[in-house]
Amino acid sequence: MADFLMPSLGADMEVGTVLQWLVKPGDVVKRGDIVAVVDTEKATIEVEIFQAGVIQKIVVPEGEKVPVGTLLAVIAANGEPVTAAAAPEAKPKPAVAAPVVKAPAPPTPSAPRPVVQKPAEPHRMRVSPLAMRVAMDLKVDLAKVKGTGPDGAITKADVERAAKAPPPAAPMAAPTVGPAPGAQAKPAVGAADHHATMRKVIAAAMARSKREIPHYYLGTQIDVSKALAWLQAENLKRPVTERMLYSVLLLKAVALATRQIPEMNGFWIDGTFKPSEVAHVGVAISLRQGGLIAPAIHDVGTKTLSEIMVNLRDLVKRVRAGVLRSSEIADATITVTSLGDQGVETVFGVIYPPQVALVGFGKIVERPWASGGMVGARPVVMASLSGDHRASDGHRGGLFLATIERLLQEPEKL
Amino acid sequence: MTEAEIKALYLRELHKIAPEVELDKIDPAIDLREQIDLDSMDILNLAIAIHESTGVDIPEADYPQMASMSGCVAYLRSRST
Repeated sequence: MADFLMPSLGADMEVGTVLQWLVKPGDVVKRGDIVAVVDTEKATIEVEIFQAGVIQKIVVPEGEKVPVGTLLAVIAANGEPVTAAAAPEAKPKPAVAAPVVKAPAPPTPSAPRPVVQKPAEPHRMRVSPLAMRVAMDLKVDLAKVKGTGPDGAITKADVERAAKAPPPAAPMAAPTVGPAPGAQAKPAVGAADHHATMRKVIAAAMARSKREIPHYYLGTQIDVSKALAWLQAENLKRPVTERMLYSVLLLKAVALATRQIPEMNGFWIDGTFKPSEVAHVGVAISLRQGGLIAPAIHDVGTKTLSEIMVNLRDLVKRVRAGVLRSSEIADATITVTSLGDQGVETVFGVIYPPQVALVGFGKIVERPWASGGMVGARPVVMASLSGDHRASDGHRGGLFLATIERLLQEPEKL
Repeated sequence: MTEAEIKALYLRELHKIAPEVELDKIDPAIDLREQIDLDSMDILNLAIAIHESTGVDIPEADYPQMASMSGCVAYLRSRST
């Protein structure tokens, strides 16, 4: 028997709302399966499960907001008899070696667990996760929304249309997929407030970073003419669908450089540095609605540039749609922020705890560049490192940036 | 493809890339990178989607023309004749 708890999806998460269960009691799951969709105030996350077994009981119903560490569901290991839904009470059991470091947080006093009224649900509605999230924000009852998407799926536009329609006489009277009454700490979280919530979440994480992490900063200019020329020639050979973006080279170079200087890659936990064998590179992606998020591409160092590109495309697409996976959010071991072709020349980032380094790349600019006694115009990028002085020193940080620079001079080897 | 078909295609793909954008407020003449903060990944996805729907091969050097609806219409019309 194992407990499936509300995961901590990043240092800035304290509570999460179960938007949707994708499994029901009796379903067989394996490691890595997506079992639930959770809203974290910052993004909608598809939560993966890390043990195989059979779902025995779902404890937290859809629509309920609970603290990190709360028991969400009980899973019977494969072979273990599944005691039928003779429901044990919805209390966290005396945790048998809970997989989370933190003890399960006590239920918030402001959110007394409401009686688990199962919404009558003969068939599952087709609702895009983005629409689901907007529905929660706008307090729209999805049961009353007419879907116009593929196969009658409810889209964001449908929800917004429903929100604009005059409210029926008794709002929220029917069984609803929306938040259970009283489940929400705050009275009303409108769509406009979503931005404020996002800022609050970022504020908490960044304030913690600056409070706890003694940052040091280094910067160096890198000639990227070879990298860009190689990329252009490579892309000429490729069909539209397989072309790569320049930032893929940066991600791979950073991942490879962590092999030389491992103190940049890992977590600072409980007063010690825990290096990571592999580099899960977090990619800072700004959200057009405001705010940003830095999900990880896993094990970048062993992937080809083409594979990284496929991952990056997929990741950006899902960030834009507002849906990410739990493993991407929680386990970046180092973060890269690249300003691409717009913005400014230099960025010194704030480290995302518990990580210990952040590499920044400014926009590409053409600059006079002296080399071999000659001055020519070259595309140049300012690479910066924000390092955690508890885990490394400026000397090693300098070697790290120098390694990145060297790797970018031989793009064909990346 | 007619101009109307190209526009419809463009808006449909743009909606997939930027679902939060209100399409009826898009100015067809202005670069979307400035207008709604699209980045290089968004423009690449737009180029890929347009390539997949039309079969027109779009060299990387022409991507900037995908960044506005008018630019894309002019580009595709010149390429498909």
